This record gives sequence, structure tokens and C-alpha cells, in this order.
Amino acid sequence: MKDIRLMKGNEAFAEGVIRAGCDGYFGYPITPQSEVLEYLAAQRADERTGMVVLQAESEIASIHMVYGGAACGKKVLTSSSSPGISLMQEGISFLAGTELPCLLLNVVRGGPGLGTIQPSQSDYFQAVKGGGHGDYKMIVLAPASVQEMYDFAKLGFDLAFKHRIQVMILSDGAIGQMMEKVELDDQVPRMTNEEIIQKYPWTTTGKTPDRERNIITSLDLNPVRQEIINRKLQEKFKKIQETEVRFERIQCDDAEYLFVAYGSSARICQKAVMLGRARGLKIGLLRPITLFPFPSDELAKLSKQVHGILCVEMSAGQMVEDVRLSVNGAVPVEHYGRLGGIIPAPDEVLHVLEENFINETMISESAAGGERKS
Amino acid sequence: MTEEIIIAGFGGQGVLSMGKILAYSGMMQDKEVSWFPSYGPEMRGGTANVTVIISDERISSPILNQFDTAIILNQQSMDKFENSVKKGGLLIYDPNGITRHPVRTDIDIYTVDAADESARMGSAKVFNMIVLGAFLKLKPLIGPEYMHKGLEKSLPARHHYTIPENEKAIERGKEIIQPKFLLN
Amino acid sequence: MPDTITREEICQPENMIYCRTPLLTDAPLSYCPGCGHGTAHRLIMEVIEEMNLQADTIGVAPVGCSVLAYDFLDIDMQQAAHGRAPAVATGIKRLMPDKFVFTYQGDGDLAAIGTGETIHACNRGENITIFFVNNGIYGMTGGQMAPTTLPNMKTATSPFGRDVQTMGYPLKITELIAMLPGTYFVSRQSVHTPANVRKAKKAIEKAISYQKLNKGLSFVEIVSNCNSGWKMTPLESNKWMEENMFSFFPLGDIKVPK
Repeated sequence: MKDIRLMKGNEAFAEGVIRAGCDGYFGYPITPQSEVLEYLAAQRADERTGMVVLQAESEIASIHMVYGGAACGKKVLTSSSSPGISLMQEGISFLAGTELPCLLLNVVRGGPGLGTIQPSQSDYFQAVKGGGHGDYKMIVLAPASVQEMYDFAKLGFDLAFKHRIQVMILSDGAIGQMMEKVELDDQVPRMTNEEIIQKYPWTTTGKTPDRERNIITSLDLNPVRQEIINRKLQEKFKKIQETEVRFERIQCDDAEYLFVAYGSSARICQKAVMLGRARGLKIGLLRPITLFPFPSDELAKLSKQVHGILCVEMSAGQMVEDVRLSVNGAVPVEHYGRLGGIIPAPDEVLHVLEENFINETMISESAAGGERKS
Repeated sequence: MTEEIIIAGFGGQGVLSMGKILAYSGMMQDKEVSWFPSYGPEMRGGTANVTVIISDERISSPILNQFDTAIILNQQSMDKFENSVKKGGLLIYDPNGITRHPVRTDIDIYTVDAADESARMGSAKVFNMIVLGAFLKLKPLIGPEYMHKGLEKSLPARHHYTIPENEKAIERGKEIIQPKFLLN
Repeated sequence: MPDTITREEICQPENMIYCRTPLLTDAPLSYCPGCGHGTAHRLIMEVIEEMNLQADTIGVAPVGCSVLAYDFLDIDMQQAAHGRAPAVATGIKRLMPDKFVFTYQGDGDLAAIGTGETIHACNRGENITIFFVNNGIYGMTGGQMAPTTLPNMKTATSPFGRDVQTMGYPLKITELIAMLPGTYFVSRQSVHTPANVRKAKKAIEKAISYQKLNKGLSFVEIVSNCNSGWKMTPLESNKWMEENMFSFFPLGDIKVPK
């Protein structure tokens, strides 16, 4: 029988982490994601699977505990919300420089500064363009439902170890705090030290006579070697761009106008698509699931089909830059965002799309004697 | 069938847990459900509200500004949500503490004297279940057996002994709900 | 040529009275001649060898002069961000509780930027060992003021001497962490004379064996010289250390098991 529960996004993520066979969680409380640590503690995750759950003294300590565990080949993670993720950027850059796999959850709240505890999507640049120092990227997954909060825990670990990379789940306060139905999977067993040594020979597990010592470091003072290291990293990111793009097309097949939105904004736009279609407007939604790698090719394809794109984000306009780069001028791209923790409503975003493209088209149609503007 | 509901009142009135029991019960009846709360400092004594959606289809936006039903439990929420009820929709409120009653004529308006009734029943805790019963009388979306399962699922085991009392309150709510015009 | 002895003839096992531990690599040490780091490295590796712990050891290198410690130590090692070694070691030890996990940190790393991580790892009683090399100065970045720089001591960023009114006092972090219930063994040593080297080795042995017994955090400070940073010859710097550092940072055990 299926194990189905009603859970908060944050709780579903924590349950997903346990069931994915995670070895360790290190974190520090911050609204709106404290339920992750609370759930792991209340669930006695240590007794269920033997995983380590530790409340650290700061986000900085948390991310470096993750570093230590990841370098031993363990499935480890931390979770936080925007100000805490800012504090972690040092450690994230070190994880990138050492190519250590790990999972990071950002339940985004509004900024800058202490900002607000209400939902926001204003950390897109930080997540996708690299918030720490140096040339690096993380795989960024954007869940739009509580089920995806659960599913992406396991998917995140799988991708992290497949590519030796950090995977960030870029969620927001709305997805983290709301409850929906979740279907749970069976428990994945945790790996033994022997299995880790076998599968990930690069890990620091103690130098045995049969191998050279393993060193996890991002330091190389020789510029020639450092450039080679950087080129290798870039090749990896390129391969990820080519192979790991994920997105969802909603009513795109005959769409004349397109929303592009991720996370909770995508849910709002999905409703706007329904409202618009009920009024005879051919509207679709492209929902990027991976924000890096970004579904640029799919957008380029759709730009040949639609007359206008509205990018909806709870930010002043961040992902819209990637949408414009993907479309490369082929079709008008507009942005609509609400700031400071305000969530736009479905009829609101539909109205903006109509104002931007459809009403204007109708005006130009009549001006040009019924010819469609393209 | 899709029913989009806002429940709004003071923190401490059981707004969020009423929504949770409703959502859980809907899920037990194999419906798609979502529960989206206001969160943060609002939980601690200020206003609290939760959007609950129960549907036969996959739910698009869990976040809405127009509702089929508004369940209103204080004046601030009345001021905020009266105009968010869809035309032809339903507004249920407890008149206790309401100084400005709803005035719309394009929606159905009902009252449920839940605060007084819960006092008569000797437990302020069942207040929200009386309100929930009132809603279910008008929108019988969920059968009593699924409500029972929903209560079982959403209450921790140590509180399961309160289920009969809660079910009694739900039944009482069904009995005492009345159209607003009777009040005037 | 019966009167001359070749190098090969001397280097025979029967003539061997001392050699470096095989757990030090062949890489030439990058430390300045006269610096105490090399001796500290050697002592730790000797103890790991003698206790047969190579396959069970994971070390954490800091940022500072010993940032490249993993080039010299033939064990699995992780390089930590500045000050974060105790957090990194916590992550390792919690997930690999059977391993011997140590950090090797300087004064800037441990007592300035990493104070929070140091105190909380100590306070949680992490079963790790911290080796703390205190020379009162930032060596690697060119002789700037450290949290343990003595009052009136001249550095690149306190060129007229450390004025405690504006720059604060040297931090006795070892005494501070000794007060925490999570620490089990806390000792301060030096490695500038053969007698001190022997004492320091004893302290290192204890620190490592206590970790094996899961007793909590063990902490060994090594007060050391920085002849380059102090702008002295090695001999002068050792003398200056004896005359100035030891009065402020007295040697000996600070916290021992009851």
C-alpha cells in the first residue's frame, strides 16, 4: 500500500532526506525553514537510520561540517534561508573548489538584509550565478510542490554524487510552509564505509598501504595548474548543461503566449493559464525545474512559436535575464515581479500578460487592419 | 469539483488546525488538497489565515486571492476577506466580536455562533470544530467517516481521546448554522 | 682508500641512531629555517606511527603557515577554510567516529577568525584533537598582529607596538577552553629544546590516546617562535620566546583528567 501523507514542504524534504539514505545533517535554525531540523530531531532520524543530526553554532559552522563529512564520501546536507545561505557562501565556494558532493536547501525569504520572513525568489542570482567567490556553478533544483520537496532530496543526492557537485534546492517560504499530499518511497539504505571506499576512492577515509594519501584541497598556488583545475571544472559544468536540463511544459503545444516561472510562481501561473484558457486565450507555461542548467534550448524553440513571454518571479527581475539570453531577441520578453514577501495572485499575473501582449496586439490588429502582430 | 476556501481569524482560535483537519480529511477521501498558511509572528496572537483547496483535479495555485468560501472569525479578517469571496460564493462567520457585519448581496452569508456554543459545551477548544461543522453542513464535500480518519491523522495519538468530543462539535455546528438575515 | 669512508658506508642500518618517521613525506618543508612547525609536524607523525594510526587518521589543515601541511604528512587530509577546521573536524568525526581526527591550527586561525568554531567544538566535547601552534603573529601573510600578539609587541599592523587600549589584549584562548566541560585534556608545550620536545611528545601521546577512549576534546598548544615575523635569528627568537612569551603563556598541563 502506498504511504501517502499530508506534510509541510519543509517536513517532506526532511523525510525525503532520511529516506534517501542520508548520513548527516548540520544546520542552524532560521525562519521559514526551521521545521527541517525540528522534524529530523522529532523523528529520531538517528534511531531510524543512524544518520547524524547536529545543530551547529552558526550557518558558517554548518556548511564546514558538511564539507568535512562530504570529503569522507558521506551523504550530507544543510538547510537554511536567505541570510543564512549568505553566511554559507565561503563554505560553498570551498565545496565547489574541492568538488565535494552535498545537498543544500534554501527556503528563500525576502531581502536584502534581514528583510522579511515571507516568501521570495530574490536569491536566484546568488544560487545560479555563484554566490561565493570564484568561477563555479551548482546544480539548482526548483521545487514547485511539496511532493517535489520530498522527491528532490533523493534526486539532489543522486545528481551531487553523479557529478561531484553541490546541489541546491531553491525553494521559498510558500513551498516550505504549505501542506500537500506526498507519496513516500521505501527507505534507501545508508552506504557502509566499505561501499564508500569502493565507489568513491577519492575520499578521506584513512590512508591504507594500497593507495596514496587522499587530499581534499582547493589550493594550488601554481597558476598553470590552477588554470587546468578551473578548465576541468568548466568542462563539468558544460556537460551538466548538456545532460541535466529539466523542465515542465504546461499547455505549451498550441500556446501563443507564454509564462516562464519556477517554484511557487509557477503554481500561480499555472492557475493563470487555466483562467486565461477559460477565456479563450492560448497561454502556456514553461516551468524550469533546473535553474542551472537552465532550459535555454527549450525556450529558444518556444520563442519561434509564441508572440510574447512574461517571466513571473517574486523578485525585481533575475531569471528574466536568462530568459532573454535564451530567446536572444526573437520575441518580446517582459518581467513581472512582486517584492518584499508579497505573492502575486493568478488573476494579477494574467492581467499583466494581457496588458503587455494581448491588448496591445488587439490594438495593433485594428490599426493594421486585422493583421496579426508577430 | 474544486473548492477554494479561506479560513481567517485570530491566532489561537484554531484556524490553522481546522484547515489541517479539513485538508487531511479531504485527502483521506482521495481528493487533491493543499493547505497554505500565513506564517511567522502572525501565528503568535495576531491574525492567522489559511487557504485550503479540495479538488478532484491536480491543484494549480495553492495561493489565491478569490475564494469559493470564506470562514471569518474576527473583524480584521472580515475587513480583509469579505470582498475576496467569488460572486455567488459563501461567507460563514461567527458574529461574536464582529462590529461591522458583511454587506454583500451577491454571495450567501451564514452565521455560526460558535464561541457561545463552545462555551455552552464546556470547552473552548471545540470552537473551531463547530465552525467546521457549519461549513460542512453547507458544503458536504467530505463524509463523516473521512472526517473521522482526518481527525485521527491530524491529531497526535495522545489527543485521540478528544475525537468523539470533536465529532460532537462538528455535528453541533451543522445544527446551529443559520442564514445571516435571521440575525437581523 | 682505506682512510676515507663513503656516505653509503655510513648509512647502514647498524649505524642508524635516528631517522625521520616514514609518515613524513619527502617534500622539503616550506617553513623558515628555525621555525617550530617542522618539529611539531614530526612529533605528531611519530606518535601516529608509533600508535599505528596511519590508516585511521584524518587530519585537517588550516589557513596560515601550515596551509600546505598535507604536502608533508603522509595521511589523508582535508584543507579547511580559515578558522573552520574545528567545524570540518566535527563533520568528519561525527560521521567517522572510529577514525582519529585532528586539526592543526595557528593562532590567527584558531583564536581570531575561528574563535566561534573553536569554542563550540570544545564545548560540545567533540572527540577530536586540536593542535594549536601559537607564535603570536601572522607568519604566512607577512607578520601582522595576531590575537595572541603580546602587549607592546611590534608587528606589521602594530608597527609601534600592540597598544592594548586600542588593539585589545592578547587572548588566552587555551585557558578559556580549559574551563569548558567538553574539554578533557588541555596542555601548553614548546618544542625549542630537546627537553621541551620530549614533554611535548608526551602531551601529544596523551591527547591522541584520550581521543581513542572517547573522552572528549583534547587540546595541545605549542608556543612557538617565528623568527622571520619577529625579525630575529632563530636563536634570538627562542631566547625572546623564553623571556617574553612563557611569562604570558606559561608551559605545562592546564587541564588534566581527574
